[in-house]
Amino acid sequence: MLDGRSTIRRSAGARLWLAGIWLGLMALMALFAPLVSPHDPLTQDLFAGRLPPFWAAGADPAYLLGTDSLGRDVLSRIIHGGRIAFSVALAAGLATALVGSVLGLLAGYMRGWVDVVISRLVDIWMAFPPVLFAILLIAVLGTGLSSIIIAIVVIDWTRFCRVVRAEAMNQSAMDYVSSAVVAGRPRRDILWREILPNVLPTIVVLLTLEMGIAVIVEAILSFVNLSISTDAPTWGGMIAEGRTSIYQAWWVLAFPLAVLFLTVLSFSQFGEGLKDRFDPVLR
Amino acid sequence: MSAFLSVSNLSASIRGNQQRVLRSVSFSIDTGEVLGLVGESGAGKSMIGKAVLGILPVAIDITEGEILLDGHDLLAMRPKDRRRLIGATAALIPQDPLTALNPSRRIEPQITNRLGDILGWTKATARVRAMELLDEVSIDNPERVMASYPHELSGGMRQRVLIASAFAANPKLVVADEPTTALDVTVQKQILRLIRELQARHATAMVFVTHDLGVVSKICQRLSVLYGGMVVENSTVAEFFNGPKHAYSRALLAATPKYTDPDASLLPVDESVIEQVAGEVLAADRGWRHGA
Repeated sequence: MLDGRSTIRRSAGARLWLAGIWLGLMALMALFAPLVSPHDPLTQDLFAGRLPPFWAAGADPAYLLGTDSLGRDVLSRIIHGGRIAFSVALAAGLATALVGSVLGLLAGYMRGWVDVVISRLVDIWMAFPPVLFAILLIAVLGTGLSSIIIAIVVIDWTRFCRVVRAEAMNQSAMDYVSSAVVAGRPRRDILWREILPNVLPTIVVLLTLEMGIAVIVEAILSFVNLSISTDAPTWGGMIAEGRTSIYQAWWVLAFPLAVLFLTVLSFSQFGEGLKDRFDPVLR
Repeated sequence: MSAFLSVSNLSASIRGNQQRVLRSVSFSIDTGEVLGLVGESGAGKSMIGKAVLGILPVAIDITEGEILLDGHDLLAMRPKDRRRLIGATAALIPQDPLTALNPSRRIEPQITNRLGDILGWTKATARVRAMELLDEVSIDNPERVMASYPHELSGGMRQRVLIASAFAANPKLVVADEPTTALDVTVQKQILRLIRELQARHATAMVFVTHDLGVVSKICQRLSVLYGGMVVENSTVAEFFNGPKHAYSRALLAATPKYTDPDASLLPVDESVIEQVAGEVLAADRGWRHGA
């Protein structure tokens, strides 16, 4: 009989909300950066250099989070940096998820030589040190937004591929897949309707993790000045600049670092929260 | 009349390994007949059902033998044709109702998909038929169950849904792979009655895999006793319960607890019997290697 189970609903949980609010806010700011940022992120004002954040003595309330050594507004640079961070997160995350999941699903479901080829490729791929690989790729591709995205996809598709392959193999051994095979349903249909829906929660969690990783990778690359043009505001670039003046103007380093940290944390927490929310068994 | 399903000399091995997991298995089933496959864990009962339906695990290959389904030689057919034939004639009632329904899909498409795919029915017709089927397996509120996810149903309910879905496309052969093992005793009884009713009404040939001889006596006409992937005895249920031919069958029957005399009858299968039957398995392998 139908029992009480159908009426139980898990609450979404604070972490889903907190992470969601933070990410939503950041995404909106990134989207409307030219409208919401109080100053031009590139305009220098050497007379207003190293102004502290608004609460400190000697602050100029026009620069909420202070200015860097060239007198550029930190808040505006963070907002514009978010644009780049979120573009990379979205594009690289989705592309990585697509490439890795398709290959993983094929390997896990088809087995046989398809699996052998894809799995060996993954093994070989994962033997490369990722950061060096990224720097090498950028060196070959040249700097720029699309190079970063391509580099992240090329490096990280294996992360999806491995997990999705294992999950697809698990699913293929389930009785409902056997029943579908007995019923003579087309393979494409079994993959699409029986296996994919059960692998999807895993893909979503990995995707949000990957978005966080993409943000970090972009920050690392811009920290070593391999991201996009040198004067473009990026979180990694700001951290690199802030590092040189940490004793004179800690805020130039601290604010972008905090934003980076919170954003990456929110991505992973958002994924975990989503999984709990949409897992049909936990729901 | 020739048998609806006849399996002869079927052997299967693990890929890359000489060891056979099925050893020249032969049996046959007529239309409307129920054959029990009994034996202990690992005897190859489920393996036979899976071999017939073409869903053996990837690492296991059929090495020899013949499976005739409704006059068609399954192993000689092109895989695509074989799948179509099996889809149109056969169905599976799986062992564990808790894992046999896709957790992320509602019940309705899980029943109606096969009607659409096998019989080419429209969604609306399939839906009406699915409601009838759920009614046939004594589900009170078919509408609500169809809209539910599997985790919202109890084990007994899920097994009813699976039975309904197995009989949905009017199969001529049903393989029931220990359909009551995962259920508690009271539910077991209802489910067995249900399977027997549906089987009789549709005159379905059925392979009933179980380790429970009590179940066999209730539902089967004939049975095959397996040990180590080998059939040690083929007989009718009446013959078997009046006096099994093989020593292993006798020991198996003696090991079944009886409610009337709970203390006396819980005997393990005697070691000498195990030695004897294991010796026969080895002898069969020796003969098979010489022949090959």
